[in-house]
Amino acid sequence: MSIILDKVNYTYSAGTAYEIQALKDINLKIEDGEFIGVIGHTGSGKSTLIQHLNGLMHATSGDIYYNGADIYDEGYDMRALRSKVGLVFQYPEHQLFETTIFDDVCYGPMNQGLPKNEAGLRAFEALRSVGFPEELYYQSPFDLSGGQKRRVAIAGVLAMKPEVLILDEPTAGLDPKGRDEILDQLALMHKERGITIILVSHSMEDVAKYVGRIIVMNQGSVMYDGIPKEVFRHYKELEAVGLAAPQVTYLMHELQEVGIPVRTDATTVEEAKAEILRVCQGRIR
Amino acid sequence: MLRDITLGQYYPADSPIHKLDPRVKLLGTLLYIISLFIFKGYVAFVLAAVFLIAVIKISKVPFSYMVKGLKAIVILMIITGLFNLFLTPGTEIWRWWIFRITKEGAQNAVLMLFRLTFLIIGTSVMTLTTTPNQLTDGLEKSLHPLNKIHIPVHEISMMMSIALRFIPILIEETDKIMKAQMARGADFENGNLIKKAKAMIPLLVPLFVSAFRRANDLAMAMEARCYRGGEGRTKMKPLHYQKRDYIAYVIVSLYLIAMIALRIVWNTFVVPAA
Repeated sequence: MSIILDKVNYTYSAGTAYEIQALKDINLKIEDGEFIGVIGHTGSGKSTLIQHLNGLMHATSGDIYYNGADIYDEGYDMRALRSKVGLVFQYPEHQLFETTIFDDVCYGPMNQGLPKNEAGLRAFEALRSVGFPEELYYQSPFDLSGGQKRRVAIAGVLAMKPEVLILDEPTAGLDPKGRDEILDQLALMHKERGITIILVSHSMEDVAKYVGRIIVMNQGSVMYDGIPKEVFRHYKELEAVGLAAPQVTYLMHELQEVGIPVRTDATTVEEAKAEILRVCQGRIR
Repeated sequence: MLRDITLGQYYPADSPIHKLDPRVKLLGTLLYIISLFIFKGYVAFVLAAVFLIAVIKISKVPFSYMVKGLKAIVILMIITGLFNLFLTPGTEIWRWWIFRITKEGAQNAVLMLFRLTFLIIGTSVMTLTTTPNQLTDGLEKSLHPLNKIHIPVHEISMMMSIALRFIPILIEETDKIMKAQMARGADFENGNLIKKAKAMIPLLVPLFVSAFRRANDLAMAMEARCYRGGEGRTKMKPLHYQKRDYIAYVIVSLYLIAMIALRIVWNTFVVPAA
């Protein structure tokens, strides 16, 4: 059970004056139950990459395997793939259309061919799991705030019960509280249901705190792929391509430079706190 | 998928045609179209073809781009061709059941097809070498005298340029909405007509919402910058004729005169002789 990308290339507007190669020889293996962060600068190919995973974009060359089957094989059921690999786009405005939030969340399950009552059940479940307030279920989705719209959009995909959930910049434009709530709920879902989550973001802080693996994209290629501590060790190279490590990484490096013997691989504030306390207590004694 | 639409899309290149004043290109295209409908005889036909090919060569736009515009009117061309072929009275050369082809009909059909081809390619040359903004600028300036009879030329051209500017944005938006709905299992391809029409609702609702939102935002942004229409408004890049523009005018005029002359020659010498 995994997604495998084998030498995937993608070129926009091939053969015209506007030709851009967005993906260059991408090789990746995504295992079941992973929580992955895909980070990269604007235009690094991260959005293009994730649209390949559910077959919305067709690679110019290369193959993608889902659970061992080549998704580009003739007769492969793309719609079935899309209900297994759920993709939530950045702008919820692009998918909300129904008169009520509840009906909108039902749209996905209804497309899967489920009867109305079961689709409704799924919608309830999905809305609850993203922490959407129940009294708003039958309001128009167009009156909601940005954060609430995003929850509805995520619920709309979750209601299809995907095995893999991909989210494109789910926290863009949200205030810190909304951001933390959504990410916490995703982490909870990952822990409780064991679904694979792929989070696209350019905020290192978000990614470092939650994910178990980071894929750094740069100019259409995979630049780094590994656990957060390993990837952030290259914080100087990340900076060179317009990205940055979490702020605590810089703090720890600076502490070390002035002679405080801390380990520099802390990626979250909590880890950094524990490490600094450890060193300080050692000194007091 | 949707971003491949090229109808009237600008092709960037560094050529004398690209640098011409948009007014020259507008008038030039108009004159070329007129010439297509007054020409008679094979010599004039060759001249029109040579003129077009020369302009394409100078413009440095690949020929394949010109032909793309033709795809849209293939059906129109076939119908026009068939009507001309079968419905023109004259000397009969072939007959089957109620269908008959005349010599004049065949001639007309071929002529009409070439006329349409030249017409489409000719206008494509203009749209491929001129940005939509330049085009509306040129139109605004050319139609400026109409202000005197209270036609709001500036407002019309502003509306045109906004509309043109929004086409690619809305196409891209449609693409994104389609993808977002397809990710939720939407099916835009299969099913009968009613099913297909119903499948459009999840696409059209977000598209309209976003179009209205964008229009609103744009209106606000314009107001915030004190936009108040054409009166007393200056341009950042005002259009001024240069030497090359006058040369282009001379060339186009010579071409049109040649076409008129050829028509007169054809009418007075060739037709009576035949």
